[in-house]
Amino acid sequence: MLKILKYSFYDLIRSRWSYVYFLFYLLLGFVLLFLNNDVSKAVITLMNVIIVLVPLIGTIFGIMYYYNSKEFTELLLAQPIKRSSIFLGQYLGVAGSLTMSLVLGLGIPFVLYGLFKSDAIFDFTLLLVTGAFLTMIFTALSFNIALSNENKIKGFGYAVLLWLFLAVIYDGLFLMSLIIFKEYPLDSFSLAATMFNPIDLSRTLILLKLDISALLGYTGAVFKQFFGTNQGLIISILMLILWTILPIWRLIYKSKKKDF
Amino acid sequence: MRDFFIFFLLLFSSLMLCAEMIPVCSECEVKSIIVGVNSASDFDTLLIKKGTYKEFNIIINKPLTLLGEDYPIIDGEDQGEIIRIISDNVTVDGLFIINVGTSYTTDYAAIRVVKSDNYLIQNVVLEKLFFGIYLEKSNNGKVYNNKIIGDAVDEYNSGNGIQLWYSKNVLVENNIVQHVRDGIYLEFSDNVSIKNNRSTDNLRYGLHFMFSNDDVYTDNVFENNGAGVAVMFSKRIKMIGNTFRKNWGTAAFGMLLKEINDAEIRGNTFEENTIGISIEGSNRIQYSNNNFIKNGWAVKVLGACYTNTFTKNNFLYNSFDISYNSKLNDNVFNQNYWSDYTGYDLDKNGVGDIPYRPVKLFSYIVNKTPETIVLLRSLFMDIIDFSEKVSPVFTPDNLLDANPLMNKAL
Amino acid sequence: MIQVENIYKKFGKNEVLKGVNLEINEGGIYAVLGPNGSGKTTLIKSVLGMVVPNKGNISVSGKSINKNWKYRQEINYLPQIANFPGNLKVKELIRMIKDLRQMPSDENQLIEQFHLEPFLDKKLSTLSGGTKQKVNIVLAFMFNCPLLILDEPTTGLDPASLISLKKLIQHAKGNKKTILITSHIMQFVAEVADEIVYLLEGKIYFKGSIKELKTMTNQADLEHAIAAIATTPTDA
Repeated sequence: MLKILKYSFYDLIRSRWSYVYFLFYLLLGFVLLFLNNDVSKAVITLMNVIIVLVPLIGTIFGIMYYYNSKEFTELLLAQPIKRSSIFLGQYLGVAGSLTMSLVLGLGIPFVLYGLFKSDAIFDFTLLLVTGAFLTMIFTALSFNIALSNENKIKGFGYAVLLWLFLAVIYDGLFLMSLIIFKEYPLDSFSLAATMFNPIDLSRTLILLKLDISALLGYTGAVFKQFFGTNQGLIISILMLILWTILPIWRLIYKSKKKDF
Repeated sequence: MRDFFIFFLLLFSSLMLCAEMIPVCSECEVKSIIVGVNSASDFDTLLIKKGTYKEFNIIINKPLTLLGEDYPIIDGEDQGEIIRIISDNVTVDGLFIINVGTSYTTDYAAIRVVKSDNYLIQNVVLEKLFFGIYLEKSNNGKVYNNKIIGDAVDEYNSGNGIQLWYSKNVLVENNIVQHVRDGIYLEFSDNVSIKNNRSTDNLRYGLHFMFSNDDVYTDNVFENNGAGVAVMFSKRIKMIGNTFRKNWGTAAFGMLLKEINDAEIRGNTFEENTIGISIEGSNRIQYSNNNFIKNGWAVKVLGACYTNTFTKNNFLYNSFDISYNSKLNDNVFNQNYWSDYTGYDLDKNGVGDIPYRPVKLFSYIVNKTPETIVLLRSLFMDIIDFSEKVSPVFTPDNLLDANPLMNKAL
Repeated sequence: MIQVENIYKKFGKNEVLKGVNLEINEGGIYAVLGPNGSGKTTLIKSVLGMVVPNKGNISVSGKSINKNWKYRQEINYLPQIANFPGNLKVKELIRMIKDLRQMPSDENQLIEQFHLEPFLDKKLSTLSGGTKQKVNIVLAFMFNCPLLILDEPTTGLDPASLISLKKLIQHAKGNKKTILITSHIMQFVAEVADEIVYLLEGKIYFKGSIKELKTMTNQADLEHAIAAIATTPTDA
């Protein structure tokens, strides 16, 4: 598997798109910091970017890579290599190179700006960790979609739809249900609904850092327990890990049964 | 006339000469403070040496100075009140007072001043107390450089750190108050100046202010108090350069203004509070040069607040800048800096070319359905807020800062 | 060498293999023939483990291939369509496959034979179809494995390369290897194959030598025999 990972990773590192992605984050980091001169504001803007753009890019990149590397996959399938190693290796190659672009692209400007001397370092690290998780999750989801759809256009469509659903539509439905059922105690429901969407989950994780003052203004005991203690952080991270593992598990499971 | 003056001077110096220094210690002639007070004459000084004095109900009924050497301990053994001053011109300096009695019927204090003027209470350390320093109908005094560290757990059986009741012209300066019910409490006390105090980790309020007019408080720090600072039913208050930090919780705020009129609130910092300032029924207040940093709600306006003006304030990274519970607005926001402002400044005059709307639709939604707070900063909410910004439907449409600053106001 | 027992495979509603039984012994060249869509490639891919049959069992060298991947160490495969990762150079591709298989290889001789030296530093996406096929052949023949599976090996080859390919196949046969070939070029099949396996509508329709096939169909050459086989009812 490590060999596949190595080749996928090299393959991607040499492709134009990784550079574009890397340069985009590099530029974003520099613009946010050196034009604004304000680390806290940069962290907030970055958060918006990360919870929207990172999933989108992970999805599109994952689905493109899968379809584009079909030949590579077929070549590998005839070699004495375990199937799960092939797909896991490719997946980790994509997710790894994307994560690296993200971390380096954003990390370099922040380090140059003097992040280590700033008190925003924890917020920033959290942002990068969430970004990495989202990359892993959405790349895995897109690999799943690609694996189940031979048709490129269809697969691409489903992937974008998935992103749109989780990034926007889900929250819309969520909000509507909260408003409609506002007579009922909703704090458990709203926390649960957050858990079922990795984007919301990551957002919550960041909110715990950036907006804890506002979150603690709510009266519910469940909220208080969740946001006021470390419980929220721990549960969110566990759920993110689960969100990463499940699609990878399905990826392996499906890949074993697929014909090429 | 001249002779009279010389005579007066002589009389005064002779008085000063007879002012004796009475040492109090376990090996001294005078072994207890009560005995010392009883045997002392007016204007004497009791020099209380290092040691532990198990005494309470020390009544000071003549102008005396109680001066502690190396912080002698007065242990009240939870019996009741420890020092009661009922004479003018008393100074208490350098004592360490512990174990004030707790009662549900009487407000026992470590030091109580009753109907006396010109007192000075300084360098006193109070621990394990019920009430700390209690000023009752006592004017023209000074409470300076004291340290009050309580161990309050429940509101019903704990007292306040420094309490002023019908006391005018008092200076409260450089004190540290922690872990009591209300750090500093004022009721019916006018012309009081509260400077440079640190009131932190108190059960209820860092500062509690009722029916007290023309008071000034400057450069104090209020941090991590149960509810923050409450200023109620008072007029012409000045609040300058104070810091309100980390007051978190359902009903917590940096500062609560209730029925406050004609106040000036300038150069304060509100940082990481659930609500920076909560305003109810307060009019004609000038808010200027304040910093609102990382609060849940920087300013929450609840009904009937008229002709308040906000200028040159910095609103930095708050979850919500302003929240209104009505569609009416009679307050003016002008030339503030808003970190959320995304406009541009083409004419380079330092003022944004398009107005800023500090009230988000989302804050309106959160007011109606509090659970929706979990959707904070989601893309969906940003889209909704944007559309509300373009055409306000639910938020007051005249509530805007027409001249948002491009850089932080100093 | 290979035992195929009663395998079935459906793609959606399309039943491609309907109970194929096939026994391929060690040594010799087997040509798997059949009209388009008869399931040749599916059969080959089943042996390779790329297609998972719905039913039945396949063993290679006596071991079942189900949930097994190590047996592929004994197989060299030349895919029908030479699709390679486009942004790799030829040299890198060869190095990568060597790295993945960890076996001794003699690619240099093959590269020379097919005159691929000038292309070694070119990216695969820039190569012509014929050149890609040559690379494909190099990859398939550079390891010394007992089983060779060649899916349409002649596609796009120039005559010189075709001769080289035939030499390679004969050489492999001389080394007692088992070779499985599919091809539509009957002349090529007639030249190299020892035995014919004819697939029709998902079943083995005929298995035997070219001679047997010709006698059975009463045709003088293979091409006609193959064309006739589908119309002549026989029991092979």
